Amino acid sequence: MDYSLFPRDLFGELDRLQRQMQQAFEFSPSIRGFSRGGFPALNIGTTAGSAEIYAFAPGLDPATIEVTLERGVLSISGERKGDAPAWDAKASLHINERFAGRFHRVVTLTDDLDPNSVGASYRDGVLHVSIRRSAQAQPRRINVN
Amino acid sequence: MDDKTAVAREQQAAELATLLPPVDVIEDATGITLYADLPGVPKDRLSLELDGDTLIIEGQVDMRMPEGMEATHAEVTVPRYRRVFTLSKELDAGRMQAEMKQGVLKLHIQKAEHAKPRRISVAAG
Repeated sequence: MDYSLFPRDLFGELDRLQRQMQQAFEFSPSIRGFSRGGFPALNIGTTAGSAEIYAFAPGLDPATIEVTLERGVLSISGERKGDAPAWDAKASLHINERFAGRFHRVVTLTDDLDPNSVGASYRDGVLHVSIRRSAQAQPRRINVN
Repeated sequence: MDDKTAVAREQQAAELATLLPPVDVIEDATGITLYADLPGVPKDRLSLELDGDTLIIEGQVDMRMPEGMEATHAEVTVPRYRRVFTLSKELDAGRMQAEMKQGVLKLHIQKAEHAKPRRISVAAG
């Protein structure tokens, strides 16, 4: 438990309390902040020869997803239309939690990746981007004579 | 409680941990439409269970990952979704239509005939 330097700052205290609560429930708080509120959620992994990025973005038309890679910075953007009824329709919206609108997420990757060999696929609402490492960056075994 | 039971409990908790999928629920004259975001869940790993008037939505994430991949950053840390709803009496649980498309579940539950809105005519006296 850490304590605030300014215990009389009520809003600061509340903010700190909220962050602590989130941290307690989150399995692995990340350096880029909390996953809550970010759309799409991202999982990133590496293999010896590639970087693998998984974006959890359900319900999109794959043709409208924009994926760009520039100097090791991967950017994923697009728009998700909401399913909420129009105001004049005789329908009511009871729960509205799903993300709707434009989204844009940027990830900084290592600069040893080859921008010419990027593969992207979309399956079951998950966008998978696979980027190969450039040949000179791959681990090589050096023979000792 | 000794260390072993504590560890066992922690493991059990990790196995039972589920993500709460975000949903939209829309009601119109014909019934209720529920949309749920379940990215990574294929059609055959989705389970819809009706127990009395309790609706249980469960899904298992199934993604092909390359051999020997090491996770470096993860925001989705649990590969399971689960959410439970209680249906109200005017809904006809026998008439449900479910559709799964690109990780989005669309579930339509019709209202029972007697519960549909009716226009009541007013007779002039």
